[in-house]
Amino acid sequence: MIHLQISIVRSAFELNVELQLPGQGITAIFGPSGSGKTSLLRAVAGLESNPLGRIQIGANIWQDTQQGICLPTWQRALGYVFQESSLLPHLSVAENLNFGLKRALKISNISQTEANKALEASIELLGIGSLLKRMPDELSGGERQRVAIARAIAMQPQLLLMDEPLASLDAARRQEIFPWLARLRDELKMPMLYVTHSAEEVTRLADHLVVLDRGQVKAQGPVNQVLTQVVNPVVVGEDAGALIAGHIGAVDALWHLSRVDFEGGSVWMRDAGLTVGKAVRIRILARDVSLATSEPQNTSIQNQLRASIQSITPDPHPSQVMVVLKCGAEEVLARVTKRAVNELALEVGMPVWAQVKSVALVA
Amino acid sequence: MGGEISQIFFMRRKDNALRNLWCRLYPTHVEYRQSTRLKALRRKLTRMNLTPESWQAIQLTLELATLTTLVLLILTTPLAWWLSQTQSVWRAPIHALVTLPLVLPPSVLGFYMLVVMGPQGPLGQFTQAMGWGVLSFTFTGLLIGSILFSLPFAVKPLQHAFDAIGSRPMEVAATLRASPLDAFFSVALPLAKPGMVTAAILTFAHTVGEFGVVLMIGGNIPGKTRVVSTEIYGHVEAMEYAQAHVLAAGMLVFSFVVLLALALMNRRQRQVV
Repeated sequence: MIHLQISIVRSAFELNVELQLPGQGITAIFGPSGSGKTSLLRAVAGLESNPLGRIQIGANIWQDTQQGICLPTWQRALGYVFQESSLLPHLSVAENLNFGLKRALKISNISQTEANKALEASIELLGIGSLLKRMPDELSGGERQRVAIARAIAMQPQLLLMDEPLASLDAARRQEIFPWLARLRDELKMPMLYVTHSAEEVTRLADHLVVLDRGQVKAQGPVNQVLTQVVNPVVVGEDAGALIAGHIGAVDALWHLSRVDFEGGSVWMRDAGLTVGKAVRIRILARDVSLATSEPQNTSIQNQLRASIQSITPDPHPSQVMVVLKCGAEEVLARVTKRAVNELALEVGMPVWAQVKSVALVA
Repeated sequence: MGGEISQIFFMRRKDNALRNLWCRLYPTHVEYRQSTRLKALRRKLTRMNLTPESWQAIQLTLELATLTTLVLLILTTPLAWWLSQTQSVWRAPIHALVTLPLVLPPSVLGFYMLVVMGPQGPLGQFTQAMGWGVLSFTFTGLLIGSILFSLPFAVKPLQHAFDAIGSRPMEVAATLRASPLDAFFSVALPLAKPGMVTAAILTFAHTVGEFGVVLMIGGNIPGKTRVVSTEIYGHVEAMEYAQAHVLAAGMLVFSFVVLLALALMNRRQRQVV
């Protein structure tokens, strides 16, 4: 469990946050620029003064003003990945990796062999074995960020902090790093706070989501719950939709399709070459879901889900409504017209068929 | 070449502490010292109107510049770091104080130093009480004067170098478990290395080129406080233009080479970045 209580007051800005976060997985801190995401992360690291705060990671208290505890940054067992390249320019990749590890060894009670194992594991995990002898200015932006991430996790921190690690990279480099980050999430036990303003990164990586707006927590919870929330929606407009975790249940080689099974149903999507049993996340956008009161016949749409209407909320445009559907354990959003709701006499609690026109694989 | 030249100088004064240090550091050079090639070079230079007094002045200048540079680098590194990091209200006044020698006439600085170091001055009283005598018109006094006079030439490049590092590398070091002192030595100093080299070169060159302070504090005593610049002055006073020419031309070439080297070095660094 991670407990954060942070309040930073500056002339034109105020950050006031109290959070209980899960002790593992990726917690995304999401919000527009200026919402206080980076200040929050820096305060957790002790890089920003947080005079009245409390920061507890598991059993370790990093800061508790009431008890007069405030560890300086270098005594907090954290790993920090900065937005732009933060490799020490006068040291090679190997020396950069060793810089933190050497010092972490002195402070904690990890043994040398354990440390070497952690170092090797992080080099392997981020695929940087061939870069060790190079200097930072001989690396591409993506390689530098991978080294920075490896350097942070090699110390086996209690908490990994990442401040928009992909923001300084172009789209191609970003795609190159995603799989490595997903691997971190799945293979490491350490909790991560991941600051981002990109909805794509949230949907692909986050387990838990905290939405910040002007220094306040606007929403927080498991990522799917927060994304399908229709009161104070986090993602508005064309990108609103549900995020569903499932696994590949079957592959139809003849028609190049694969079936994703999740609690409450299954959907077919384009075969992405994934094997049966592989865990995946899919995204179903609200605009791609239509509703029918009886089982649709003779339709080109391949995916029909049995669901019940959980709520009907007005959309920003007066002609539209957002319908939240309960589909087994998952929630799916559908954006339909008010007229359709009227003609079909849709009501909360009614069973319906949701027709899903398109499913996107996010991770 | 640098080695050869220093050996020529050291042959002038056998009881020189620096020469002993040199011989300890480079034992193979001791035998080499007497080689005929060097003797020939020395004879050639002697023919170029370099009197023993001139040699003495050159040697003293180099000693003074070397010691000034060493002491200043050690003293100003923490000072420059403080100036680049602090938010204290004292930053501006200290900064102005450090820069003062840049704009003050050397005679003003020299005058106050004479007053302070003289038999009635506070420093003079102190040194006399300690049994060290009065420092004015001694090499030590000259060294103290040089250190003060060249202070901005050491502080400025170092401070710029520390400023240029920015806060990020130090934050990175902190997130990698480095204490502030550890981070200073393992991150800030290595990153400021170009600034340190610039500071050393400028300080050395500026000390070699000083005149007013030397004249006022040192008093132009041959073998003790007479350096190249005051030696030239002496030659000109005595209408010995030939000797003055050799030394003046030497200074000109030396200064040009130093500034050229700095410019080339800075260009190379910019290319790397």
